[in-house]
Amino acid sequence: MTISADHTAQHPASEDQTTGAPAPGSAPEDAASEAVRKFGISVEDYMLPARHQIQMVGPDGTLNPHAEQGTQPGHEYTLPGDEELMAAYEQLVVGRRVNDQNSALVRQGRMAVYPSSHGQEACQVAAALCLSEGDWMFPTYRDSVAVMARGVDPVQTMTLFRGDWHGGYDAAKHKVGIQCTPLTTQLLHGVGVAHAAKLRGEDTVVLAMCGDGATSEGDFHEALNFAAVFHLPVVFFVQNNQYAISVPLAHQSVAPSLAHKAVGYGMAGERVDGNDIVALLAVLGRAVRLAREGSGPLLVEAHTYRMQAHTNADDATRYRQDSEVAEWVAKDPLSRMKTYLTDRGLLDDDRAAGIAEKAEAVATQLRDGLSEEVPVEPQDLFKYVFSTPTPQLKEQSAMLADELARDAASKAASKTEAAK
Amino acid sequence: MNPTITTSSEANGNVSAATARAAATAAAVADRTGPQTITLAKALNTAMADAMHADPSILVFGEDVGMLGGVFRITDGLTKTFGRSRCFDTPLAESGIVGMAVGMAMNGMRPVIEMQFDAFAYPAFEQIVSHVAKMHNRTKGAVKLPMVIRVPYAGGIGGVEHHCDSSEAYYAHTAGLKVFTPATVADGYRMLREAIDSDDPVMFMEPKKLYWSKDQVDLDALRAEHTENTQRGTSSEGRAAVARPGTDATLIAYGPSVPTALAAAAAAAEEGRSLEVIDVRSIVPFDDETVCASVRKTGRAVVIAEAHGFASVSSEIVARVQERCFHHLAAPIRRVTGFDVPYPAPKLEHYYLPGVDRILDAVDDLQWED
Repeated sequence: MTISADHTAQHPASEDQTTGAPAPGSAPEDAASEAVRKFGISVEDYMLPARHQIQMVGPDGTLNPHAEQGTQPGHEYTLPGDEELMAAYEQLVVGRRVNDQNSALVRQGRMAVYPSSHGQEACQVAAALCLSEGDWMFPTYRDSVAVMARGVDPVQTMTLFRGDWHGGYDAAKHKVGIQCTPLTTQLLHGVGVAHAAKLRGEDTVVLAMCGDGATSEGDFHEALNFAAVFHLPVVFFVQNNQYAISVPLAHQSVAPSLAHKAVGYGMAGERVDGNDIVALLAVLGRAVRLAREGSGPLLVEAHTYRMQAHTNADDATRYRQDSEVAEWVAKDPLSRMKTYLTDRGLLDDDRAAGIAEKAEAVATQLRDGLSEEVPVEPQDLFKYVFSTPTPQLKEQSAMLADELARDAASKAASKTEAAK
Repeated sequence: MNPTITTSSEANGNVSAATARAAATAAAVADRTGPQTITLAKALNTAMADAMHADPSILVFGEDVGMLGGVFRITDGLTKTFGRSRCFDTPLAESGIVGMAVGMAMNGMRPVIEMQFDAFAYPAFEQIVSHVAKMHNRTKGAVKLPMVIRVPYAGGIGGVEHHCDSSEAYYAHTAGLKVFTPATVADGYRMLREAIDSDDPVMFMEPKKLYWSKDQVDLDALRAEHTENTQRGTSSEGRAAVARPGTDATLIAYGPSVPTALAAAAAAAEEGRSLEVIDVRSIVPFDDETVCASVRKTGRAVVIAEAHGFASVSSEIVARVQERCFHHLAAPIRRVTGFDVPYPAPKLEHYYLPGVDRILDAVDDLQWED
């Protein structure tokens, strides 16, 4: 496969306002040619993922020798600093605790449903930690741990799954899109946020997340293409956890890898071990940096595994073998990081206990918050459909209010009757 | 290389923004015109230009809206006037256009986007129904989506399949979308300005067969009216209009059917029957008050729409009117709508479209002998 050199040299974005000539934004003087200059590699080598996934710390918790990290010229990564790693480990432990706690709350009937990211915590944490304060994240419904790691209140995050409302946190304030169940629609929202920021000259980066199955959706294609054509600072982060509910990746795509899809849009792709938070921080960190520097969008595919069923309503034994799950237990993101940090002398029993305590505090917060019966307000049904309710909504709101008043009156009356 | 737009980033709920926009309009728009004959297309184009002058966060994008000015030329000249950062072509993907607009609206912009034709908007249906319509409710008002989706709709132009659908019912059925449809040149300007000012998303349905209809309007007067309405918080948003007063029966129509209803009323007048014509203008919110006041007065009504009658806006209007005006009715409400068939090929469309004769037949049927 070759990409014509002309592709990168395409007319340096004509800013001719009167003709409105090609290239929206500042596109075609594009990412590729910039990267070619920056890294001294060909366009193909820039856009295609490295031949192997990037992995820094292997499943046994030891640091891979540099030559075995999957890097190659133009795809080079530096080891994150100790402080960053310790902060990430703390979030990993919290994230695992959150997943376990939420699953328990579902079993106890305190929450309607919880799509757990058990096993994917490294992706969740890295997604949050790679962003700066002014950046935006667009998560999927399985990314609650990432949302919390971004600083959103845990109980507010779970509002959607508890069933109080369709969303519980202020998306604009936190710069975190509301978790939703349609697939990849949020990627386009991320593209729009990045586009608006770029037009205003802000240096915002957007991390837009989806799963492996979602790459089959039309909006995945449209989002990547729009981001590339408009040359926008969006990092598309695909957590390839191998299954879309029950359907394995082989039924979604026969591309060499999902990261290879990037080249079709004229952007760079990379594969990373999604259970190695060291590599994730390095790869996502570089992607965010490049995007901020104006290299356009990037696509990062993380290889991970959904250790549990899709949700509590799913039965994973119907479509996959226990032996397959067991293989991934050995690749767990927490245990390898614990080993690595302990061996490095960064993590000792005291630090570990302190971290466990923090995780327990979040679990308690979730337990307490979700055990509390928060009354729902029926009139909220009408309040937020529009900024100002229509006359029709006002009528319907009055009708419900009247129903409720009559209910209350008849209950009061039967109570009085019973008392007699 | 680095397009910069300075904006007050007013999107999510800055109340003074509307006032600021209005003041800027008055200052920025220089061409004083006086009464002149213009097309609906020009009125819509002027509305966008005036709004863009007033507020740098207003962006126009879609397919072919840049250099070409849109296939109907409604965005003509906007790229030239405002630059490619503010009026630009997108890749050919409607879901992408709407989805990107959602994100832009979340982040301080007020996008006004064009779907090239009614049926070409269907790839964007999920974005419109699941996000455009629901974001405000989902976030309890924390995220507003001040965006306008312009849709050239309906037939009567001899268009091929997929270019003539009356798709308004899909949007009207979706809670959280306002649905406007102008029928006159002046309303083209007035209603598009109001749609752009709205902090809620608006499906702006443009009757494409009326694009080249002409009328004498005073754009300066319309601008002044808009400024005044903005300052006073009054506007015609959500209100139906009496397009022709009458006493014997009410014709209720919207968009492309309004001129047909007016023609029918003129013909009926020659036969000595006085028909009132109501232009619905805003399908959502619906102006029960104006419509019902007319029907209570006349006691008879015919609803006219190009769209299929089954499960349609016209059936909703009939239901609402009979619920509210039953005791004033001298006859069952009749409907004259498109047949429940896919929009016909050009040589057959005149059989399908509600015409003057079919409307007059329906009026004749309103039990006058009682």
